[in-house]
Amino acid sequence: MTHEGVWVYAVVDHAGGDVFLPAGVAGTSVRALTAGGLTVLASNVDLAEFGEAALRRNLEDLTWLEEVARAHHNVVDAAARLFPVLPARFATVHHADASMVAAFADRADQLRAALARVGGHTEWGVKVYAVPKQRGAQPVAAPAAVSTSTGAGTGSEPGAGMAYLKRRRSEISAKRESSRTAVASAREVHVELSGRAAQTRLYPPQSPALSGTKEPMLLNAAYLLDAGGAAGFASLVGQAAAAHPDLRLDLTGPWPPYSFAGQEA
Amino acid sequence: MMEGDIVQAGAGAPQSYGTASVASGRTSANLGDILERILDKGLVIAGDIQVNLLDIELLTIKLRLVIASLDTAREVGINWWENDPWLSADASRRAEQRELGGAETDLRAENRRLRGRVSELEADAYGGNGARRERRTR
Repeated sequence: MTHEGVWVYAVVDHAGGDVFLPAGVAGTSVRALTAGGLTVLASNVDLAEFGEAALRRNLEDLTWLEEVARAHHNVVDAAARLFPVLPARFATVHHADASMVAAFADRADQLRAALARVGGHTEWGVKVYAVPKQRGAQPVAAPAAVSTSTGAGTGSEPGAGMAYLKRRRSEISAKRESSRTAVASAREVHVELSGRAAQTRLYPPQSPALSGTKEPMLLNAAYLLDAGGAAGFASLVGQAAAAHPDLRLDLTGPWPPYSFAGQEA
Repeated sequence: MMEGDIVQAGAGAPQSYGTASVASGRTSANLGDILERILDKGLVIAGDIQVNLLDIELLTIKLRLVIASLDTAREVGINWWENDPWLSADASRRAEQRELGGAETDLRAENRRLRGRVSELEADAYGGNGARRERRTR
């Protein structure tokens, strides 16, 4: 026998009518329910997979998590293109429509206020990476340094070895300086982009394993933008990238306002 | 560049800027970016299945094993800047391997530390919800 629960995607500002959305988690179809004058997008899920014990187990399984996270995201994202949305936290599961509707109706006023605050806004992500300086000197200096230091390693050329160490020291301090400058530049970029945003949120920079890039991430920020702010945001990011050749900027979006739905104004 | 013309990066802007993620649409959005946004963000309405909030919190902490802290990232950055490109290609490859090995060791250490922290939080979480972190009290 199958026990079903209700998986919630988002609260949307949409009064009645059919909604055509992609399939939800585990291929379920998404329904629109009314709760306290709000519309909640949800789908029925098998509690054998999405019940308490099962979730506890499945959330630890990255393959399961990816599939479900992407399905959840696809629904919220599609809805966000159609209506103002307030994304629900991932894995909000109720036992039945009635208890779900009651939980949302209880906080209808608060939800309406939050919808007014973030609904109609989009979220944009900007990641800033430090990029290596492309100096012409580098390939020229390298062979010389190699041959000299190889000699010095045998103890035969102490003078050359000392020169090498000195040069290395100044190179290292120059690199440290570049690193500091890059971090400062990343902050400048954030301040500038924040000027366009209704709200901002900083995430911890992703490790190279997660970001899939070797360069260190210096900034991982989310910006909540209204329609006007979003319109010129890409070119603003482009300008910032052009103004800071020591940085690489990576723009993602528009996202549903995930990062701001749970925050008070 | 006009509004909506997001794919076009400004002249001289890094080629990677904006293009991949914006042009290819959200279906291929980076999993890390999605998880970062949906796991412990968004509207919190307690479901009937309460335990999942704790689960997610634990999972999120685990996820942070691969999301570097700001300080760690800076350290990585500095390590990276200090990476020695002046040695021979061979030595630089070895240095890279050492660096990767070092990063792995650091990750292991961080992993151990966070596991300890997870256990503490688990104990807290099951001991009493009153002491939950501030971002969950609203």
